[in-house]
Amino acid sequence: MNFLEQYNYWIVIILMMSGFYIVIAHGNLIKKMIGLTVFQTSVFILYISMSKVTAGTAPILNEAYKVYSNPLPHVLILTAIVVGIATTALGLALVVRIKEAYGSVEEDLIQEKDLQQEGSE
Amino acid sequence: MIEHLPILQVIIPLLAAPICLILREARLVRWFTFIASALAFVNSILLLQQVQTQGTISYSLGGWDAPIGIEYRIDLLNAYLLILVTSISTLALLAAGPSLRKELSERKETYFYVAYLLCLTGLLGILATGDAFNVFVFLEISSLASYTMIAMGRDRRALWASYQYLIMGTIGATFILIGIGLMYMMTGTLNMYDLAERLPEVQQTKTVFTAFAFFVVGVCLKLALFPLHLWLPNAYAYAPSIATVFLAATATKVAIYVLLRFIFSVYGFEFSFSHLPLQEILVALGLMGVFAASIVAIYQDNVKRLFAYSSVAQIGYMILGLGVGSKTGLTATLLHLFNHALMKGAIFLALAGLIYRVGSVNLKAFSGLGKQMPWTMAAIVVGGLSLIGVPLTVGFVSKWYLVLALLESNWWPIAVLVLIGSLLAVIYVWRIVEVAYFRKAMQDSAPYKEAPLMILIPTWILVLANIYFGIDTGFTVGLSEQIAASLFEVAK
Repeated sequence: MNFLEQYNYWIVIILMMSGFYIVIAHGNLIKKMIGLTVFQTSVFILYISMSKVTAGTAPILNEAYKVYSNPLPHVLILTAIVVGIATTALGLALVVRIKEAYGSVEEDLIQEKDLQQEGSE
Repeated sequence: MIEHLPILQVIIPLLAAPICLILREARLVRWFTFIASALAFVNSILLLQQVQTQGTISYSLGGWDAPIGIEYRIDLLNAYLLILVTSISTLALLAAGPSLRKELSERKETYFYVAYLLCLTGLLGILATGDAFNVFVFLEISSLASYTMIAMGRDRRALWASYQYLIMGTIGATFILIGIGLMYMMTGTLNMYDLAERLPEVQQTKTVFTAFAFFVVGVCLKLALFPLHLWLPNAYAYAPSIATVFLAATATKVAIYVLLRFIFSVYGFEFSFSHLPLQEILVALGLMGVFAASIVAIYQDNVKRLFAYSSVAQIGYMILGLGVGSKTGLTATLLHLFNHALMKGAIFLALAGLIYRVGSVNLKAFSGLGKQMPWTMAAIVVGGLSLIGVPLTVGFVSKWYLVLALLESNWWPIAVLVLIGSLLAVIYVWRIVEVAYFRKAMQDSAPYKEAPLMILIPTWILVLANIYFGIDTGFTVGLSEQIAASLFEVAK
């Protein structure tokens, strides 16, 4: 099997793992959101690239076109994109509130303040 | 009208949510939300009756038949869980008025109800749909709404808990999305029953195994299986009390439903349990969850967080029942789903009343409350006894079936471990009882009054349900056995 034959999946996996790594490794809440978005986007590419049919055209209902790409994954992923935007928006809104409440967007500082609060209770 | 019940189940709360925004006035919105939820409850009872008389209901959305259109499919399992979710939601809303007025500012109250209804929509949607992608969409609707509800807690740690939940929840949902995508890639369908027919043909491919792995890990994140439970304790501890009641009693149960549905109805028992070491993994993680979470619970001073950890332990029992892989084991899981919702609903509602009067759920604040708030504390004690699994409570019924299932499979060492796990529950429940009943109230504070009636009534409805279903097990056991039998039939 040719290594490059399925390059689209390699792209998906590289993006997915970089996004996932950023979410886990970075302590900055904004960077975590960026990682999460990259992670989600990789799945969009997975869906869209699998709907491609070799030598197919766009899905047009006409006698002239016999082979065409599968339109369904595009539609599905439109929904997933909307969900992704909602998640990012909510996540960023939470970061704003966290910044107001804690004065920081760094994970370790927030956890330190939480520990202090728990100790004083 | 009657044939549209499956979609009405989802549409009622979905349409009620934006109407709340128009009504604005918090008091109006509160009753409106309650009515919407009560209607959904009535709807779910009608659905169960219909399923019991006519068998599985298939509903084509918009008149487009499956597999092209989206199919809503209600069988006994769905109907059983629909009743569970809508009944708990309605009871929680009954208590919501006073509790939320105390914990949120008035401007936020309306938004809370909107988020609550959307969360309910999402959960009911997951239960009603027969389409794999629809499950993902509804899962995200309910998750986004629950992040919002949790973030409304008055402690700033609620924000941090909500953010952590958002990150982990989104990773879980994306894993589910990858799993569904890979299934679609191999079969060309998203309808669950089509998937079940077409998956066996491609069963031995790596893609299907990968799809299964992604899907199961994603769902396990959502249902907070140990060690993927890290988001849960803080989210439950700092969310507004009513949100905790609702989420603790329903959200994880719905995730377990998704797991059951895919393991049994889509992939089939044969594939899930024979080709993969799923059984060993579930049993090991379930047991570890029971012990680790119960032990951590013993050391908690925040009582809400204590019971949140206990939730993780109870989920361990449910997963353990599933891991046994027998009809009795599955019956135990289904029973514990229902019974745990009753216990945690009662306990967290009682804690809502306690927060209303005392303002804190720190164990120190409990001293002397046994005399000052007898009804509230009695509710917590009965709920606690049920958690332990004392006879005459629902907890006993589900533990009994779990131990029975383990003995049937000759796994008696695990049965012993389950009983030891229950003893750990005795310790953390006793800590609360000791402080509340045997320690004197702090001198400097005036005695607290009993919680308001609006919170006490739904609490006690749930407490009595805990006892009633512990004695008259006909409804729950009968239904669970029927469902377990039907799931195994499909699997063969």
